[in-house]
Amino acid sequence: MLLIHCPYCNATLPEVEFTYAGEAHIARPADPSTLSDEEWRDYLFIRSNVKGPHYERWRHQHGCGRFFNALRDTVSDRFITTYKTGAPRPPLLTQETPS
Amino acid sequence: MTHFSAFALVKNALSGHRNWPAQWPEAQPKAEYDVVIVGAGGHGLGAAYYLAKEHGITNVAVIEKGWLGGGNTGRNTTIIRSNYLYDESARLYDHSLDLWDGLSQELNYNVMFSRRGVMMLAHNVHDVQSFQRHVHSNRLNGVDNRWLTPKQAKEFCPPLDISASARYPVMGAALQMRAGTARHDAVAWGYARAAAARGVDIIQNCPVIAIRRCAGGHVEGVDTAKGFIRAKKVAVSAAGHTSVLMDSAGLRMPLESFPLQALVSEPVKPVFPCVVMSNAVHAYISQSDKGELVIGSGTDQYTSYSQRGGLPLIEHTVAAITEIFPIFTRMRMLRKWGGIVDVTPDRSAILGKTPVPGLYVNCGWGTGGFKATPGAAHLLAWTVAKDAPHKINAPFTLERFTTGRLIDEAAAAAVAH
Ligand SMILES: Cc1cc2nc3c(=O)[nH]c(=O)nc-3n(C[C@H](O)[C@H](O)[C@H](O)COP(=O)(O)OP(=O)(O)OC[C@H]3O[C@@H](n4cnc5c(N)ncnc54)[C@H](O)[C@@H]3O)c2cc1C
Ligand SMILES: [Zn+2]
Repeated sequence: MLLIHCPYCNATLPEVEFTYAGEAHIARPADPSTLSDEEWRDYLFIRSNVKGPHYERWRHQHGCGRFFNALRDTVSDRFITTYKTGAPRPPLLTQETPS
Repeated sequence: MTHFSAFALVKNALSGHRNWPAQWPEAQPKAEYDVVIVGAGGHGLGAAYYLAKEHGITNVAVIEKGWLGGGNTGRNTTIIRSNYLYDESARLYDHSLDLWDGLSQELNYNVMFSRRGVMMLAHNVHDVQSFQRHVHSNRLNGVDNRWLTPKQAKEFCPPLDISASARYPVMGAALQMRAGTARHDAVAWGYARAAAARGVDIIQNCPVIAIRRCAGGHVEGVDTAKGFIRAKKVAVSAAGHTSVLMDSAGLRMPLESFPLQALVSEPVKPVFPCVVMSNAVHAYISQSDKGELVIGSGTDQYTSYSQRGGLPLIEHTVAAITEIFPIFTRMRMLRKWGGIVDVTPDRSAILGKTPVPGLYVNCGWGTGGFKATPGAAHLLAWTVAKDAPHKINAPFTLERFTTGRLIDEAAAAAVAH
């Protein structure tokens, strides 16, 4: 089971308290009606699906209820860090084991 | 290649089974191929077989990063059915089911396809309405599927608890009798052996690092751990790793990779005659010919390439199974494992050409592509050979995420397989 740190509650808690909410830092287009079909596809459907450090959203559903962001290595499933919504992305410092 | 038969069995028994030849040779890459297939799962190996057999293209290599069949093909719970809702899916999966029927004979390899029936339980009014809609839609498409009352469901599968006090009351079930299970490994091995016999090179322990394109954009070949291999055409059939490979060719995909887990119990005498699935509680179960109960559920919630999932999901699954089949509460579970499945936004596969000339993709089978193995392999071979999709896979394009012509089995099924 994953142990996840909620940056709002400042507590590290079991995965069952949280729900995964997909890739992070995908901004809804400001003016959707001006988008081309390709841009709309990219926003709705295309995902980085990174093998390695992945920026993603989680929600502390059975706790404070808030969304936050995380950087997690999808090869080891280890969380590198979690941070509050709106904070800039942390850099990819850590070298995790590739496979 | 030795032809497998009762005679060959007796002959080899006399020499203590010490003289069976290898089923396929250990191939080393040539400098160039007409077609390189990335990924030696059932889909990739099958595509190589059909390329050779139906299209006469034998200068083919299947390149595999690990051992053949070691991906989702060797990790899945082998449910085979075709009662999908939409016309496009019904045609695709029924095409595959047609091929399953004669597969053991065709490959001279016992894939142990067993038409034992797949029953999907309805636990609430929504399930009843949705499954009856499936039954009607399937019948219009000529796909076998029928509705059972709770009593009929219990007759078909005696361990089922249909009592009124059940935690998950059974309000009926949809049954596809043509559906069933098969021996997963044998599918990979059978295709591998038959493809190798027709001249296909199967290159194992050789990760493809990148897909190389020439200045004009056309595919040129693949960079691998054993060096560059030139190819006129490249077909990616790499399940959970498709995004990573396609990225190397400059294509971003509408895919996410999730862990999907399964587990088996200790083996027991035959007790469970069919496959039962329950979408509402996310669990399904069958009994293998070895006697183990084979149990699975939905994916873990987070994307991952770790080939293992979390225990909460296993706990949830087993809890659901023991509620529906109280007879199993004291069974001991032997082992659990995970595979990485590639999921599309509409939960339908992508099988066809790509914007890169000479590059083809077969992916997005997610949690339910084992049943599609012969069909997908057959259609991928067609698409690569003709540089155009067959009419059955023509709707399963990458472009549908631009045009909006989705095949939305996600909304229709909730849980896959
Ligand atoms: C636990 C579990 C249960 C399932 N249950 C069912 C079920 O009951 N019914 C059903 O229909 N489906 C089921 N599925 C889904 C099914 O297993 C898959 O959809 C299907 O097997 C996919 O076949 P494939 O040949 O495309 O993929 P795979 O068998 O995964 O083959 C892809 C291959 O590509 C290789 N590869 C990846 N990257 C590279 C690279 N860079 N270079 C070289 N090779 C590479 C991999 O090692 C792998 O061997 C289940 C899956 C899992 C994990
Ligand atoms: Zn919190």
